[in-house]
Amino acid sequence: MIKTDPLRFIAILLALLTIVAFGHMLAWSLWTLPPEAAGLSLIVNEKMPESGVDAQVTAILLNFRSYDTLLELVVLLVALLGAWYLGKLHLPPQDSKPGLVLEGLVRFLVPVMILVTGYILWLGSHAAGGAFQAGALLAGAGVLMLVVIAEKVAVRDGVRLRALLVAGPGVFALVAGGLMLSGKLMLQYPQQHAGSLILLIEAASTLTIGITLTLLFAGGRPHRGKTD
Amino acid sequence: MSLLDWLFDGLLGLTMLWLGIRVVSGAELLNTIMSFIGLGILMALAWMRLGAPDVALAEAALGGGVTGALLLAAFNRLKDAPSVQTEQDDKD
Amino acid sequence: MSQFLWYALIGAVLLCIGLAGLVIHRHLLRRILALNVMSTGVFLVFVALAKRAGEVPDPVPLAMVLTGLVVSVSATALALVLIVRIQHLHGSAELPGDDA
Repeated sequence: MIKTDPLRFIAILLALLTIVAFGHMLAWSLWTLPPEAAGLSLIVNEKMPESGVDAQVTAILLNFRSYDTLLELVVLLVALLGAWYLGKLHLPPQDSKPGLVLEGLVRFLVPVMILVTGYILWLGSHAAGGAFQAGALLAGAGVLMLVVIAEKVAVRDGVRLRALLVAGPGVFALVAGGLMLSGKLMLQYPQQHAGSLILLIEAASTLTIGITLTLLFAGGRPHRGKTD
Repeated sequence: MSLLDWLFDGLLGLTMLWLGIRVVSGAELLNTIMSFIGLGILMALAWMRLGAPDVALAEAALGGGVTGALLLAAFNRLKDAPSVQTEQDDKD
Repeated sequence: MSQFLWYALIGAVLLCIGLAGLVIHRHLLRRILALNVMSTGVFLVFVALAKRAGEVPDPVPLAMVLTGLVVSVSATALALVLIVRIQHLHGSAELPGDDA
């Protein structure tokens, strides 16, 4: 499997020995950890009533550590811009039409997936769910459409596409900026509106995550067409 | 921790290790990608066992679904026509 | 050995397996796969450590892992587009050997 000259072989052997030693140190440090440690869960439990949602992970993502989530949405956008910079979109022509069953299944599945996306988005406020899971499911629907019925999917670069791409971080930044203008700290939601603001930000983020991941799968910059 | 719990967790962990070794040492590139997708799905199962349904949902969709689709698409593009192209057809 | 320790050790071993794969291989796609195995191991360690807080795991590491998952997917996507581009420009997706 490894065919290489002796110098590289010795270098790889030394690297592997180092990795084994590192692994042992890591395993030992994990072994000596105390088996019960509440960590930050006590503080989170205390502050949950002020967060505006009932699910702990959603509260942390969109309220307590919302700045990290804002930057994460920007990271998604930057990755897409990098992919767009590297070349144009080139969906290969399909060599065979998809069969009747496959196309029918996709036509049935995609609307159902969009429906479930909305459900998971709404579910995030009081159970496991939220913007990222919903956005990933939306991306799955987009990938399915691109793979099976590619010639019926027209991806055109234009105002609508770009508006969807910046909707997530844009709405987030607008909320942050608006809060700053009204005298509060950035992203310090007012108590009675926290739940609605979180839902608004999550909805915009779901659309953005879905479209961005689908375009990352497609892999290039779509050419400009009529902005319809 | 009952015996059944231990059996499940033990088997899940060992299978993840085996899949991880297969990803790193696979001979055929396609087999390694398949093993990686399997690893992602088993990871989602492990997170359900550890009581984290949000992370399990996200990993099943992102790790197994989106990353798997990305890897297979890249594998296909690498297979077709490894040619030396000029910059011409990428200028807009 | 408790449940969290078993999964944490599995995550540590996966991290080392991924790192070994990164060191050994020269084909770029295999290196990206090895990096993803490493990040899978790290997330497993995170969530296993979060379980120490009891039946309801500590939610802060879970949120960090969610963020990390999305960032890792976008980085992998960009890396894959880069690899396809490198193959177009240079004809092969392998790092050159020591004689290059």
